[in-house]
Amino acid sequence: MTESAFPVTVVTGSRTGIGRHLAEHLLEQGHAVVGCSRQATDLAHARYLHVEADVADEAGARAVVGAARKTFGRLDNLVNNAGAAAMNHALLTPAAVVERLLQVNTLGTFLMSREAARVMMGAKRGRIVNFSTVAVPFHLAGEAAYVAAKAGVEALTRVLAQEFAPFGITVNAVGPGPMDTALTRGVPDDKLEALRARQAIHRSPTLADVAHVVDFLLHPSSGMVTGQVIYLGGA
Amino acid sequence: MQERLEDLVMECIREHLEASGSGAAVSVARGSALLGRDGLLDSIGLVTVIVSIEQRIEGEFGKHVTLADERAFSQRSSPFRTVGSLAEYAAGLLAAGD
Repeated sequence: MTESAFPVTVVTGSRTGIGRHLAEHLLEQGHAVVGCSRQATDLAHARYLHVEADVADEAGARAVVGAARKTFGRLDNLVNNAGAAAMNHALLTPAAVVERLLQVNTLGTFLMSREAARVMMGAKRGRIVNFSTVAVPFHLAGEAAYVAAKAGVEALTRVLAQEFAPFGITVNAVGPGPMDTALTRGVPDDKLEALRARQAIHRSPTLADVAHVVDFLLHPSSGMVTGQVIYLGGA
Repeated sequence: MQERLEDLVMECIREHLEASGSGAAVSVARGSALLGRDGLLDSIGLVTVIVSIEQRIEGEFGKHVTLADERAFSQRSSPFRTVGSLAEYAAGLLAAGD
């Protein structure tokens, strides 16, 4: 195994939605991408490696980062995109749903960040981009468990930014408004419209909007940007 | 195994000290204190060395050990006192995983 000549980036939840788009986008930009999801993917590329793993599982997170290190010799970037959402009144939300949202969104982000940083720290550089949502600053009613899990991601972003800074690793988050993905498919249109109306810019972000912020945060010149949450659309 | 782990712990500490620019002047031995006024490491240095030891153990012995967990912190005397006590603790974890 020789060290890769191109940036090596892990994208979690790369089978569908935003993660799939980001994996394809980063491959176009010349990255080697290690993607993961709980199921197999049809994404095929000479610089793409897929690992079937659950990021909320410690062994799974270790397997994804280990695959990047063993295959490409290093790890430069981690995009913690994998997530789960559920819209339901708190009075009607079972404990199992809350646990799953905390596991995938918060625990998954923690485990992947920890494992990635353990590899990045040897090189004294690294970029971690987490995913939050405008639902956090809006304290969105009907998404208590999801908002709590993503608020946890924002707290992790700020604390890990402090803890990883001595190792040259930045940690930031992007918080999109509602997008047309599997996470919002069950949400009624009027609810999405009401959410968009609370943003400064009353439209859903496009995949290109998200990719642009991720590009900025991953950029080698963004070494002084850390502990930030960037909300698309203005929240 | 204890002897090999002592060497491994010392290698990791020396590599860290060299990388941080203070390696040549410092002697690292079995009884060297890890933390404190006369210790070899500051808190970030200890984190760096623990990660490095865990990775080296995994590479050499094919086993993942977690050196800094509740068990380590609940010991009557901390495994993070000296090079020797850390190596002994790591050897115990490896043996327990056999």
